[in-house]
Amino acid sequence: MDMQNLKKNPFSLQIDPAKFEKATDDEKRQQDVMAESTTFFKDGMRRLFHNPLAVMAMIILAILIVVMIVAPMVVPYSYEEIITVEGVRDKAATNLAPFEFSQREQAFMEKYNVSVFPHIMGTDELGRDYFIRVVYGARVSLIVGVFASLMVLLIGTLYGAVSGYAGGKTDMIMMRIVDILYSLPDILIVILLAVVFKQTLDFSNIPIIGKLGTNMVSMFLVFGLLYWVGMARIVRGEILTIKENEYILAAKSVGASPAHIVWSHIIPNCLSVIIIMTAQEIPAAIFTESYLSFIGLGVALPMPSLGSLANAARSGMQSYPWKLVFPAVAIILIVLSFNLIGDAMRDAFDPKLKK
Amino acid sequence: MAEDIKKSEYLVEVKNLKEYFPVKTGFFKTTPLKAVDGVSFNIKPGETLGLVGESGCGKTTVGRTLLHLYKPTGGEFYFDGELVTEKNIHQLRKQMQMVFQDPYSSLDPRMTVEDIIGEPLDVFKLYDSKGDRHDKIMDLMQLVGLNAEHATRYAHEFSGGQRQRIGIARALAVNPRFIICDEPVSALDVSIQAQVINMFEEIQEKLGIAYLFIAHDLLVVHHISNRIAVMYLGKLVEIADADELNNNPIHPYTLSLLSAVPIPDPETARKSQRIILEGDVPSPMHMPSGCPFRTRCRYATEQCAQAMPELTSRGGDHMVACFNR
Repeated sequence: MDMQNLKKNPFSLQIDPAKFEKATDDEKRQQDVMAESTTFFKDGMRRLFHNPLAVMAMIILAILIVVMIVAPMVVPYSYEEIITVEGVRDKAATNLAPFEFSQREQAFMEKYNVSVFPHIMGTDELGRDYFIRVVYGARVSLIVGVFASLMVLLIGTLYGAVSGYAGGKTDMIMMRIVDILYSLPDILIVILLAVVFKQTLDFSNIPIIGKLGTNMVSMFLVFGLLYWVGMARIVRGEILTIKENEYILAAKSVGASPAHIVWSHIIPNCLSVIIIMTAQEIPAAIFTESYLSFIGLGVALPMPSLGSLANAARSGMQSYPWKLVFPAVAIILIVLSFNLIGDAMRDAFDPKLKK
Repeated sequence: MAEDIKKSEYLVEVKNLKEYFPVKTGFFKTTPLKAVDGVSFNIKPGETLGLVGESGCGKTTVGRTLLHLYKPTGGEFYFDGELVTEKNIHQLRKQMQMVFQDPYSSLDPRMTVEDIIGEPLDVFKLYDSKGDRHDKIMDLMQLVGLNAEHATRYAHEFSGGQRQRIGIARALAVNPRFIICDEPVSALDVSIQAQVINMFEEIQEKLGIAYLFIAHDLLVVHHISNRIAVMYLGKLVEIADADELNNNPIHPYTLSLLSAVPIPDPETARKSQRIILEGDVPSPMHMPSGCPFRTRCRYATEQCAQAMPELTSRGGDHMVACFNR
């Protein structure tokens, strides 16, 4: 069609309305294509599970946790029990290599033609099964890590939320306290507090907590008292930006109370930051626990911890290197897995890094 | 007797409203930023008052101060004859609501549409049962033209116009008599603006709600408002019926605003004269003495630097604050 004709007879006039019919409601609905409703959380989880490193770390961690739960049921030795053969202490069963049996055990097996459960990681210098000690040590490390970061989560979030939401002078004073705590040399304070709590606190009368031992509880306290400052800062910073959003103003204008605003608008919106911080806090707590146990301030004997096992293995490092290798590898696996998961969560939930 | 007549005539009466924000200018020194400086206006039930002015002139602050989102520095606000104070504002929020400018940040991204609209209902416990709450929300969604299946979706799944509808439904939830519309259409496309404005008008016709319609687009304001107030640097400079203001603007600032409205017909546009203001808006921290507009006004005289002109009547309801025109 040439231009002249087009000008006289534009396309809009060439269309014959009679040739069209109205879409039925059913047809309209077919056009209404919308993506599956997705929440921020679902979206983040999807991205998290698409990260191969994170999935690998999660699998490793899951295996470790299953071993920690199942091993004490399967392995017939206890972490504080010296190996006995026919009710007699086997004094020769010390410092065995992995899967090695002592002479008495071999004799016992031949005599009754039965098999004795192998010492997967050998035995320690007192003749206790090393595998079960490492498993219990990892349990202690993990419990300390999780509970310590839960304490950090609780104190830090509450403090940060109050400080950030109140703002003004309250915020100023609360944050200066955080600054002071931040400037203290934390390792020194951890050691001092651990010593003080060990001497002064006695939890043995309280149910459940008493079972964990005074040392372990004091460890939670030490972490809770020191490491919440980082969490408080992050949460406060996040809340400062969230509370500038108009939906907070909108909630105020419909008459919502400050508690309602914090609980149903502010906390859900900084939840991802809190989860990520907690995930990153766990390896830090495990590491510090191992470190404290290594220098002898951790959990009380005979309860093992990965750090104290590593310390005990130090003296015989040249003759029995596996005794250092096993707890060290356990620490590495746990800390590395948590770190990788924490990093992957940050990547998955940070909208700024969204592709 | 006089009291009774006054009470029945106006729903909203604002007298000499002031809002100063303290700004740190030195280590120990704070200077007040006069965002709103002595604004007075009245709104009848079911009426729309348009409030126009350029960015930063205090339009939004007026709206937020009325709802006590900012604590007013001075002045009085009577709602239906009742003085609004810190104490009764919570109850009055059942009758006064606000629609926000930015439909993207004014809806919580973690809440479903049902919860967003239901929030005012939750705050004031305006339902008997879960089912009642759901029914009320469905009615509101229908009123603003949203489908029932949208209720479980999140705000980010909607377009700007739909989001603004959600915001309007939230404001309507408590069945208010007065809604402050804080530039509700300026973040939307022109075609969507028309839809949303028509919806505002329909709702007003159905429910008889009074609006304070804040905007910077004179065409939009003229379309929806019964009366228009023009603001400059925290002060009202002119207030008149919408048509009167459009046909017979008096204040030099209103003149320049109207001359900036685009004219769809190129022939007329060529003939019309555009008044271009010189200089910038003075900082509200360092307000000029007397009339705030005198630094950019071509009619300015000595007198303007001496005193602030009062709003005086130029026939009927047409009030202008200017010495020279």
